[in-house]
Amino acid sequence: MESLFADLIQVLAATVRLSVPLIFTALAGLYAERSGIFDIGLEGKMLFSAFSAATVATVTGSAWLGLFAGILTGVLLSLLHGFASITQRGNQIISGVAINFIASGLTILLGNAWFGQGGRTPQLPNSARFTEITLPFAAEIAPIPFLGPLYSGLISGQNVLVYLAFLAVPFTWWVLYRTRFGLRVRAVGENPGAVDTAGISVTWLRYRALICCGILAGFAGTYLSVAQSASFIREMSAGKGYIALAALVFAKWKPLNVLLTCLLFGFLDATSIRLQGTILPGIGEVPVQLIQALPYILTVILLAGFIGKAIPPKAGGVPYVKER
Amino acid sequence: MSVPLGTLPRWVNYGLLPLLNVAVAFAISGLVVLFIGENPIEAVQYLVVGALGDGEGIAFTLYYATNFIFTGLAVAVAFHGGLFNIGGEGQIYLGGLGVAFAALTLDRFMPWYVTAVVATVAAFAFGALWALIPAWLQAKRGSHIVITTIMFNFIAAALMVYLLVNVIKPPGNMSPQTRLFEEGGQLPKLGGLMQWFGLDIGAAPFNVSFLIALVAVVAVWLLIWRTRFGYEIRTMGTNATAAVYAGIPYVKTVVVTMLISGGLAGMMALNPVMGDAGKLQIDFPAGAGFVGIAVALMGRSHPVGIVIASILFGVLYQGGAALAFDMPNISREVIILIQGLVILFAGALEHMFRPALIALFAAKPKSRPASAAGAT
Amino acid sequence: MPRMAAPYFGCGNAGPVRLRRPWIPRRPVAGSTGPFVAVYRDRPMNAPTAVPTPAIELVGIDKRFGPVHANKNIHLSVAKGSIHGIIGENGAGKSTLMSILYGFYHADSGQILVNGQELRITDSQTAIRAGIGMVHQHFMLVENFSVLENVMLGVEGGVLLKHGETAVRAALRGIEQEYGLDVDPDAIIEELPVGKQQRVEILKALYRGAEVLILDEPTGVLTPAEADHLFKMLAQLKAQGKTVILITHKLREIMAITDTVSVMRRGEVVATRKTAETTMAELAELMVGRRVLLRVEKGEAKPGPVVLSVENLTVKDGRGVTMVDNVSFEVRAGEIVGIAGVAGNGQSELLEAIAGIRKASSGRIIMNGEPVDRDGRVDPALLRKKGLAHVPEDRHHMGLVLAFEENENAILGYQDDPKYLKGPFLDIDAIRKDAVEKIEKYDIRPADPRLKTANFSGGNQQKIVLAREIERDPACLLVGQPTRGVDIGAIEFIHKRLVALRDEGKAILLVSVELDEIRSLSDRILVMFAGTIVGEPEAHADEQEIGLMMAGIGREAAE
Repeated sequence: MESLFADLIQVLAATVRLSVPLIFTALAGLYAERSGIFDIGLEGKMLFSAFSAATVATVTGSAWLGLFAGILTGVLLSLLHGFASITQRGNQIISGVAINFIASGLTILLGNAWFGQGGRTPQLPNSARFTEITLPFAAEIAPIPFLGPLYSGLISGQNVLVYLAFLAVPFTWWVLYRTRFGLRVRAVGENPGAVDTAGISVTWLRYRALICCGILAGFAGTYLSVAQSASFIREMSAGKGYIALAALVFAKWKPLNVLLTCLLFGFLDATSIRLQGTILPGIGEVPVQLIQALPYILTVILLAGFIGKAIPPKAGGVPYVKER
Repeated sequence: MSVPLGTLPRWVNYGLLPLLNVAVAFAISGLVVLFIGENPIEAVQYLVVGALGDGEGIAFTLYYATNFIFTGLAVAVAFHGGLFNIGGEGQIYLGGLGVAFAALTLDRFMPWYVTAVVATVAAFAFGALWALIPAWLQAKRGSHIVITTIMFNFIAAALMVYLLVNVIKPPGNMSPQTRLFEEGGQLPKLGGLMQWFGLDIGAAPFNVSFLIALVAVVAVWLLIWRTRFGYEIRTMGTNATAAVYAGIPYVKTVVVTMLISGGLAGMMALNPVMGDAGKLQIDFPAGAGFVGIAVALMGRSHPVGIVIASILFGVLYQGGAALAFDMPNISREVIILIQGLVILFAGALEHMFRPALIALFAAKPKSRPASAAGAT
Repeated sequence: MPRMAAPYFGCGNAGPVRLRRPWIPRRPVAGSTGPFVAVYRDRPMNAPTAVPTPAIELVGIDKRFGPVHANKNIHLSVAKGSIHGIIGENGAGKSTLMSILYGFYHADSGQILVNGQELRITDSQTAIRAGIGMVHQHFMLVENFSVLENVMLGVEGGVLLKHGETAVRAALRGIEQEYGLDVDPDAIIEELPVGKQQRVEILKALYRGAEVLILDEPTGVLTPAEADHLFKMLAQLKAQGKTVILITHKLREIMAITDTVSVMRRGEVVATRKTAETTMAELAELMVGRRVLLRVEKGEAKPGPVVLSVENLTVKDGRGVTMVDNVSFEVRAGEIVGIAGVAGNGQSELLEAIAGIRKASSGRIIMNGEPVDRDGRVDPALLRKKGLAHVPEDRHHMGLVLAFEENENAILGYQDDPKYLKGPFLDIDAIRKDAVEKIEKYDIRPADPRLKTANFSGGNQQKIVLAREIERDPACLLVGQPTRGVDIGAIEFIHKRLVALRDEGKAILLVSVELDEIRSLSDRILVMFAGTIVGEPEAHADEQEIGLMMAGIGREAAE
């Protein structure tokens, strides 16, 4: 019983760690897509931000400057996406694909040229990373059964970006539903005509939403290379941007759903590793790959309309042109 | 009203514009190379020599080009129907399964050409099957095909790993792959063809699937511009309202278009699986499905353009390896950057140069302009 | 007026031209038993029109969209506190003009004066600040938002919504009391009936402090009761000194509610009249214009058996508004049946439903005695096989693929005809040869079957469609606006061709907003108004009689 509970805490802690980049990235996508801009370039933004953050942290020795660089990178890539899809009215999907390619190529090219480790950045010392923060009384509470491990093993001992990710969710909810900006973002993703006739610039509004997207993608990338790991590794985003996209769809573009979905997907990821080779009573051996593919399968089923209906923002993917 | 397509002369639309896009992509990549302290001109020299300097280089270039022809065609067929098939990667993976089934079944008692025919059909069928569900969901349920095909890429990856590790892998073998196909399950190299031109193929895996790709090029050209169904695909892709007017069935056209697109992607598996490795292994598609997007955009979805773009990307892939060897400071991934930039400029920013080109080259209306009698 | 302070903070520091008038408390409206028309038609004008400077003055407004001259040198003056109607057919340029006033489009030249001061309206924000509000024909509402959120959008009153919400609620309660506009602020737009959605649009404008309210075709989506309610509201707005500009193509509304009316035709304001001093007949004539009477040589029709029969057809549009209401008629072999009507009265939807492009919600379509529909759904391909050809009204969006070569468009819809096929392949030679023949026969210029269709002029594009459909030798031909945008020479040719087709014993259903075209070609005329067929005038009925029927007053006039 004791060990089962300890196991559970461990799985939950892994879930939290694995879901943090998903939460940041899915929220990033949420700002973009709620404003009517499809963004499949999340993967590339996360990857490039991870690289910039690790590079700057290496050079300056400061995790915070690394974070700043990560955010700046995310924003710049978002602006590129905005230029293509808002100003030039290009295809948003193609622009996203292009950003993923550019990020994938440029990070390795630059990393290799600068550090000569085949695209890796040098190992960061702990002083240049976001390391675990022990919350007050963690050690004191630890011996208490149930509550102790929960507090010291799960709630305490995470790095600052983890806490920020979990704060970003209610914050995004608040921005979206309680502020002027949020109201306008939600409106422009549904009916840009309504925003335009209300005397608000559709272009500038969408750019601002994309900047929010870039900031959050920057957090996600920084988490990967400066918090979760201690260096940038080539292709280290490893499809997380796409899982986040799936999570966003699965969450029906709602912030609180995003949290739950990302935790679910993170949990599936965490368990798939632990379940390897174990035989569940009555079911037999569960293929790890099935659990790994479950986020995607669930998303497709949702998209097909078999479990509820995921209705994307109505104006999504369509450049705004005043109708004639 | 959107910018009419028909206002640029063909040679500008299909020649100058893609050239300009590629030139800009190269120029920016050159700046990046300069930025990391290397000489871009020198880099291009290494790249070109590595790709085209000897028989082996050329053969490697064409080997890569073969992959991209298949995936470029796959993306282009979907583009013609107004659909975005971003799921080439998964369709290739499944196509590989089809190829492996055919080869493992027949390689011990059939000559390679019989196996090749069966494998081609199987690759097409498996790839098409993997495109079927996203296609059907798009046609019947309006689920966004971009999202579903991306999801199917990951599902395919998981499925194939599972099959390779748990089902297909011969007992006692450690690595997750099939047994090596025997001679009846391998496509012959085209060393003879190369010799014709006085070139030595060396160790390059340039093989018969290149010829199959060329057949596919002709077949796609015929399909799109010479068959009734191709006409219907193009109508649906260019003007959906006119397609309804013309009685073109939406669901059927979407599904069949995607089946063809997925099938073409699946056929790509012939090249690496039967033509090179002689076995099915993990991660063999290696991103070729995505390269197809760049190829189709640059080739403006025309089969001839796709062949040219594929060869260019073949040069990049082969030359990139040589470049990385000769100038270690420039890693091979510079080609991924170039691809990304090509996709950006030929795809997402395609309207950026167009107005300037229209101003320069626009065909003057040959007839009198419509009478401006009334506001219609 | 304590509640006045709150609602307007969004644009509180409005520009100098902004004129604020407090709400005047609601005055009881005289008995509302009969139809609204009866109540208001002869109501004396008691609005404060004494102010000499007009609320809005447009001077020489000109606007082109590419080759289309949408507004030509428009001069228009709207008196303060009046209801000013702008009437004209669809495409006359009314909406463009109002969109310019609202800052949605920019005029190529011309001036806008608001309260006598020139104002450069560069965007909607400027227009809103100047006290101009607009209710668009297609509502500019966010459908999954609440009423409250929609009203707030753009005038949130601060970074946070909380304060604004309170203010909007208070203001809505005030407006509700004053106008009887009962709309639940927390209702979601997409769950509201169309009439209420429109009220939200009006609320939006009022909340933004609109002194001039533009309504673009406001009754198109309303039931008669809702329309009555709307008119009562407009009268109340006027009573409080607001200025209303009403865009419509419905004469009845103009007569019922407006003080002044301007008639637009083909991008120009052709006349402005005091409503009390004009008649429906005059306006109808001004709207349609006296056109060169087209003479078409044709003998007596020799009607044969019924080819096309439409029974109790009802068609709804995407918003669920009934566009065609229980329509029945027949077209016989060897006759041309013309459907006359002011654009927007359901003719387009009728045509599309018969051609299988739009789903009918009830009713039947029968060709040569056989029903062709399955659950209201008609397959256009099947119809063509049965000998029904269709020249759609909108050739750009429906009849042609502009990016295709001419010869490819010459087979659109007939791509499965064995004549053009060799097995699964297109017989390119046959197709191009066929195209060349049609080009010669219809004098399509330039005579190049390989030219991109987008590069042909409008008239020649129309001929491509006509050649394709007529040369099919169909048993029944549906033609929508056959000569729209076509030059005179081509018109004559097209008309002759249609008559020849009739004389060959084909059934032809003609829809046109050009009354002359209908009169000169048709053997029988059906007049459509508000989705129903309101009458079948004599073949030789004069223009005025048909014109009145088109305005929906045929019956009344006859009485």
